[in-house]
Amino acid sequence: MSSLAGNVLYKKRKTYTWLYFLIPSIAIMLVFFVYPILLTFFYSFTNLALTGEAAKELKFVGISNYVRMFEDPTVRVSIWNTLVFLIGSAVIGQQVLGFLIALLMKRKNKLFRRVVGTIVLAGWVTPEIVCALCLYSFFGDEGTLNAIVTSFGFTEVAWLFTVPMLTIILANIWHGTAFSMLVFQAALDDVPTEIEEAAVVDGASRWQVLTRITLPYIKDTITTNMMLVTLQTLGVFGLIYAMTGGGPGTSTTTLPIFMYNQAFVNYQLGYGTAISLLLLMIGVVLSLFYIRSMKE
Amino acid sequence: MNAKHRKAIFRILPYTILVLIAICFLLPLLWVLVASVDANAMQSLKMPNRITGANYADVMTSPVNQRAYLIGLIMSLGQAVLVVALALLAAYPLSRYQLKFKKSFMLTILFMTSLPITAVMVPVYQLFLSLKLYDNIFGVILFYVASSIPYGIWMLKNFMDSVPNDLEEAAWVDGASVFAGIRKVVAPLMVPGICTVAIFTFSGSWGNFFVPYILLQSPEKFPASLKLYQFFGQYGMVEYGKLAAFSVLYAVPSIVMYVLSQQFMSKGFGLQGGTKG
Repeated sequence: MSSLAGNVLYKKRKTYTWLYFLIPSIAIMLVFFVYPILLTFFYSFTNLALTGEAAKELKFVGISNYVRMFEDPTVRVSIWNTLVFLIGSAVIGQQVLGFLIALLMKRKNKLFRRVVGTIVLAGWVTPEIVCALCLYSFFGDEGTLNAIVTSFGFTEVAWLFTVPMLTIILANIWHGTAFSMLVFQAALDDVPTEIEEAAVVDGASRWQVLTRITLPYIKDTITTNMMLVTLQTLGVFGLIYAMTGGGPGTSTTTLPIFMYNQAFVNYQLGYGTAISLLLLMIGVVLSLFYIRSMKE
Repeated sequence: MNAKHRKAIFRILPYTILVLIAICFLLPLLWVLVASVDANAMQSLKMPNRITGANYADVMTSPVNQRAYLIGLIMSLGQAVLVVALALLAAYPLSRYQLKFKKSFMLTILFMTSLPITAVMVPVYQLFLSLKLYDNIFGVILFYVASSIPYGIWMLKNFMDSVPNDLEEAAWVDGASVFAGIRKVVAPLMVPGICTVAIFTFSGSWGNFFVPYILLQSPEKFPASLKLYQFFGQYGMVEYGKLAAFSVLYAVPSIVMYVLSQQFMSKGFGLQGGTKG
């Protein structure tokens, strides 16, 4: 950009053409993206509903949606479930597994890297509903996992009912790990081999090289990737909805599922919006962290 | 355990772990592939007793499925074209001119790219009701465009920064307008960037389930993602073969897009020569 400073021709053009060029994009973003976010704030203070008395007359209800939210035990369960899902599938699952795959693949046989990489990538490229179907049938009562389990002489397990949270966490790991793998592969390729080799010469163990040299070197990548993966996972709806529908009971009801149920199953749009604001706020905080990590 | 053993273990261990991980990733995927050609597919992975193309034929010849597939393609293509066109225009002043608010604008854009769309869908639904855009395919496209324009602007601005000004100025000297400069000089040099943005927006909406699920109501307007979900709910428990075939057919564009994106990304830019000599 600094190269433009002394650019005579660009300076000469005093026409405000640039303003017109930005208008369509800004307009469409304002109407369909920024305005709905503002509406979220507004509606969360109303009794907006799809049916019944409240549907006829929009009334301000103050912070009662929020009071309700903090008193609602299902909200607490959903927040807990969201945290478990985030930490299990995003922070631990995708990040750690993605890093592990990238690390182990380093300097391995090219064909081997290609085959393993492609298999992991396939889960990422596959659309979320297809992922849900694949994993649903994998964990199903008569699914592949039970076929394996019984072939070893154990009894069948109703995975989707006994450990539903684990199944959706594994499904999200299956779907998302490739992203972290790609990010870490690129980051690890940037670590100068001389530094690592020098440490080995000085008698450092593999573990020491990893924790004292490699990890500190790619620290920024870890932070950025963590934010991105967490943000993606925060919004996951289709994968959970198609696999378990948030159930059994509320055992896999994360905030997006709970928001959907309140707004479109119970027709409590105002309440649903209050929940989406909570989701949005978590997203905003994470995004701000993400941008800070990008700026550095 | 002596040093020699240790060394051997450290050599084999990574391969073993990776193979195990690969098998875990492969099994669910293998099921959908095998079941789609199995005449008698079950929920679990098994060798097909009889290989058949009937599942695919059934899914493909159904006019309802064809329609859903077509709607999905129209939505995603429409979105990709609009996003590229609008973001290209917006990226131009952001890349070429010194603007006072540029830095904060770009940071806002970056911020918007990372917000979870899921969180705004309830108010968007309400907005669509009041704008009479609910249950309207074009409305869904508009929302898709709005939600991926920040990404488009961010990417294309950065791509455009790497297109040298000299080429464009030369075109101006020869009498070209700003528009002609973009269309005939800048855009052609940004083909890899434009394709990357188009491919990613396309795959994003092709794979999206939540947005059309909230904004559409009539089954005849459902794109492929929703149709597949509906199919799963209605016949999923009995017709695994067809379900798997539909899944594979629905995943094909995503896979094709990914392979294409690899093509463009590895090519990079061959611009350096443009201004030399």
